[in-house]
Order: sequence, then C-alpha cells, then structure tokens
Amino acid sequence: MAGIDARFRLDRPGFSLDVDLALPGRGITALFGHSGAGKTTLLRCIAGLERAPQGRLVVDGEVWQDTERWVPTHKRPIGYVFQEASLFPHLTVLGNLRYGMKRSGKPQRVSLDHAIELLGIGHLLDRKPDALSGGERQRVGMARALAVSPRLLLMDEPLAGLDLQRKQEILPYLERLHDELDIPVLYVSHAPEEVARLADHMVVMERGRVLMSGALVETLTRLDWPVRLGEDVGVVLEGTVVERDGHWHLARVEFAGGSLWVRDDGHATGERLRLRVLARDVSLAREPGISSIQNVLRGTVDAIGEDEHPSLMRVRVRVGPSLLLARLTQRAASALQLAVGQEVWVQVKSAALML
Amino acid sequence: MLTDSDLQALWLTARLAGIVTLILLVLGTPIAWWLARTQSRWRGPVGAVVALPLVLPPSVLGFYLLLAMGPNGPVGQLTQALGIGLLPFTFWGLVIASVFYSLPFMVQPLQTAFEAVGDRPLEVAATLRASPLDAFFTVAVPLAAPGFLTAAVLTFAHTVGEFGVVLMIGGNLPGVTRVASVQIYDHVEALEYAHAHRLAAVMLIFSFVVLLALYAWRSGPKKGL
Repeated sequence: MAGIDARFRLDRPGFSLDVDLALPGRGITALFGHSGAGKTTLLRCIAGLERAPQGRLVVDGEVWQDTERWVPTHKRPIGYVFQEASLFPHLTVLGNLRYGMKRSGKPQRVSLDHAIELLGIGHLLDRKPDALSGGERQRVGMARALAVSPRLLLMDEPLAGLDLQRKQEILPYLERLHDELDIPVLYVSHAPEEVARLADHMVVMERGRVLMSGALVETLTRLDWPVRLGEDVGVVLEGTVVERDGHWHLARVEFAGGSLWVRDDGHATGERLRLRVLARDVSLAREPGISSIQNVLRGTVDAIGEDEHPSLMRVRVRVGPSLLLARLTQRAASALQLAVGQEVWVQVKSAALML
Repeated sequence: MLTDSDLQALWLTARLAGIVTLILLVLGTPIAWWLARTQSRWRGPVGAVVALPLVLPPSVLGFYLLLAMGPNGPVGQLTQALGIGLLPFTFWGLVIASVFYSLPFMVQPLQTAFEAVGDRPLEVAATLRASPLDAFFTVAVPLAAPGFLTAAVLTFAHTVGEFGVVLMIGGNLPGVTRVASVQIYDHVEALEYAHAHRLAAVMLIFSFVVLLALYAWRSGPKKGL
C-alpha cells in the first residue's frame, strides 16, 4: 500500500515528539509549524538520522522501523535536502552529485543528466562548493538528493537560509520537481507562502504534536486553525489562465466556481496555476456596488469563526464548489447581519499568482 | 663533518620516527575517532590516559615499560613465550616505547580535526547511501586531512626528540638503540664538543624547519579544501 505510516515517540529534556501520521505516497506534503514544533525532528526520524526509541515507520509497505527492525539511514531509499546545502567541500559539484549516485543501486529513476537539467546547474559542475552562491549551493544539494533516485524525498526548510531573491530563484525548480517527477516529497517549512505554493497535503505541528493533517485546500479553509497565522490566513485556488488583457496587463484565471482577474505575470493562456487569496484581501457585501474592487463573486456564507484578534472574525464563503476565507471586523459582520447560508457578494481585492 | 656513527644514529632516528608515525597513524586514528564522537562515560578516562605522556617524566614512562617488558613483566613473559625474547634494549622495544610516548601527539590533533568535521557531513553521507565505514574514508578522512598532516609531523618530530624513554628502554647500542639524542649525550660525556655541536645543529635545524613549515602552512590563506 502506497503511503507513509509514521509513529514516533521521543523524549528529550524540554522537548517531546509524539506523532502518529498517515501520509500520502505522492505529491508534496508540507510539515508546517513554527520553530520548535518538531518538524525537523520528525523528518530526521523518518530519515533514520534520529532514532525514536518507540517508533514504527512503514513506507510503501516496507517496514523501516518497528520494535524488531531498524533500517539504517544509508539503506533507506531516501533523498535528503538539508537546510544548509551541506555540500562536501572537498568535492566538486559533479563529485557531490556522483557521490550518492554511484552508491545507489538500480533501478535509476532519475538520471544524473535529468537532475542536472532539472535544477539548472549544468554550468557549475566543475566548481567547488565555496565558489557557489547560496542559491546555487541549495540547487546542487537538491540535485544531489535526486541523483540517488529516491523513493521518498525529504526536504528540511531548503529555502530558510536564503534571501527573498534566492528563494524566488529556487521555487520554480521545486515546482518542476513536483510536476515532472513522481517522487513523494516531505517538505518542512515554517513559511505559509511556500506551503501554499508547493504543497498538496499539509501537516500542522506544534510542540512535538500533530494538530492537523489533510489535503492543502481543505486544511487551509478550516476555521479552527490551532496555530497563529496572523496575516497569512488564506486559501489556495487551483485555476487556469483563460484570458489575457494586454491593455490593462491583467489575466483572468478561472477556478471551479468562478474566475478572478489578476496581475498578468506572463503566464500563457491555458496554463494551470495556483492562486493564493488571503483572508485580509477578501471583503463581503450585501449588495454589489461600484468600488475599486474589480473581482466580485457571488457566494454563500458557509461558516463563521473567530480570528486571533477579538475585533476580527473569519468567514468562510462558498463560491460554487470552492471555498474562500474573508476576514472582517466583528462590527462589520454585525452590521451585515451575516448568517450561515446567507447569499453575499465576495469582493477579492487581490490574489497572488503562485506559479 | 658528521662521523659515521653520527650518520648511523641519524638514520636510526629517522627509521624509528618513521615506523612509529606509521604505527600511530593506524592505532591513533580509531582512538581519535572514538574520542571525537563517543558519548561514553569512558571518554574522559581514555582521553586522560592518552594525554599522560604529555605530563609524565619520560623516565617514569620508561621505567614502567621496562618493568612490563622485562623478564618478569607481563609483556616480557608473553614475548618470551612467543619465542621473540625480551624487548628492552632492542630496536622494536624502542618502537613500542615510542608509540606510547608519542601517542598524544597523534591522537590529539586528529581528535580536534574529527571534532571539527562534525556530524553533518557524515549524516549527509548516510543519506547518500554511504555506510559508516565508507563515509569515514570518503568524507571524514579527506575533511580531516590537515589534521592528519599536523598529527604525523608532530609525531615524527616528537619521536626524533625523545631521550629519556630511550635511555630507560633502549640503552645505548650503536645501530640498534643509539638514536641522535643519545649520540649527542655521548659526545658531550666524552667532551667531544665539536661533534656534539654538529649533530645538535642538525637536530635544531631539522626541528625548526619542520615546525616552520607546519606553522606557515597552517596560518596560510585558507584554501577551499
């Protein structure tokens, strides 16, 4: 049976990990949580770099750890990308890539050439790691992890140490991994925008416990978020570019239930992409009016919940089969006399294209 | 110039130091690796034993080794039972004594180098399918290469400079145990100051050049490994 069953108990001074998770065997699963939540420890337990005294780990029907069995890290068919690329400084880029490749047996699911091409590092092969930029190093680290043809790719905040520009440089490569390779990925992150952009499945952790686990879209639309998200509360919509308006530099993205005009970032008509709509950018109205907000959708109130701040509330609205979150002040909600089932106009001030 | 017996003493010294360095590379590496990575409660005691020759008078070390390797000592009984005979006052007895004497000069630089390598490169190697032994030779050793060079140079130079242990264990047999430092002592005792001067100068220059090379290399611009 495809998928990952992970059960770990680990006690350390000041920290304990206690998780019991069933994760999908495909797509990108984000392990999300603030620092100290135990995401990295969980990832290291799955890699076998950390040994939880009580644990059971089954990947694709193969037992990697239980009371009798312990498969050491070097015998697990994983690829691991560390937060700091951790390239071997005594080897060239090519030497780093070959190190794992020549030690991993057949079948070769990812060729070296493919890994090099996928991460765009062909021009760096003869360099030593200290002659690379941070972003280049991280791309080499990812290619190196792919070159072992892993059946499971583990990534520990691969973007955390990089500045915004470098992140933007790497994210497209991560998306290519997702689209072109059929390798399940566990991706540790504390950055909601990375998760929104990359993940298909999401696990929310805090203090060594799993608080939520589910498909990304469903998880993001839940109103009972157990960890603080602040301004990052929002949903992700999958859509297709259906129309581009050259005059206003806008593109219309159609999603299940409606469409939104967004900034045209040069995506071709027909391209599939993700839109991230933050709750703070969504407002609700009883009547459609003339406003600066161009994206107005018809929806019904699906649920009403609390926000982290007592002056605010979160309202989930259904637009066709899709769900959006709006963040309103309590006073506005009271003035609108919002109630579940009520029809409203959903005004979307902006939506960010994620791909 | 140097007499034949001077040259013989120098050659013996070089041979002794070379053999001791090679033996200690083999013995010292696993000890240093263990000390660098273990969390065992034996780490402290073992580290202290390894460091003992640094502070112990060579004559004390030599005295105990002499007893152990003598006809009534456990090592002496063993070597006699094996038909090797007794080790004191032989070249190989000197080698064994020097291995103990120079042990910290091999282990400590290696331990420092292994500690500097840290866990991460070995974890990376494990995720790239390298077994622990494989990772040791292909990652830890190359990354600790400067430590190996330092340790080997210090061990060699320190063995060259040994005197007290040699006197206790080796005595003063030409071509067998009479190393350069003992030869100088003999020259001085015989009031052959000119001979002593020449040989002493050779030792001084050798030691200085070796240390100069090591320090110049270590403080040089950090090259990417």
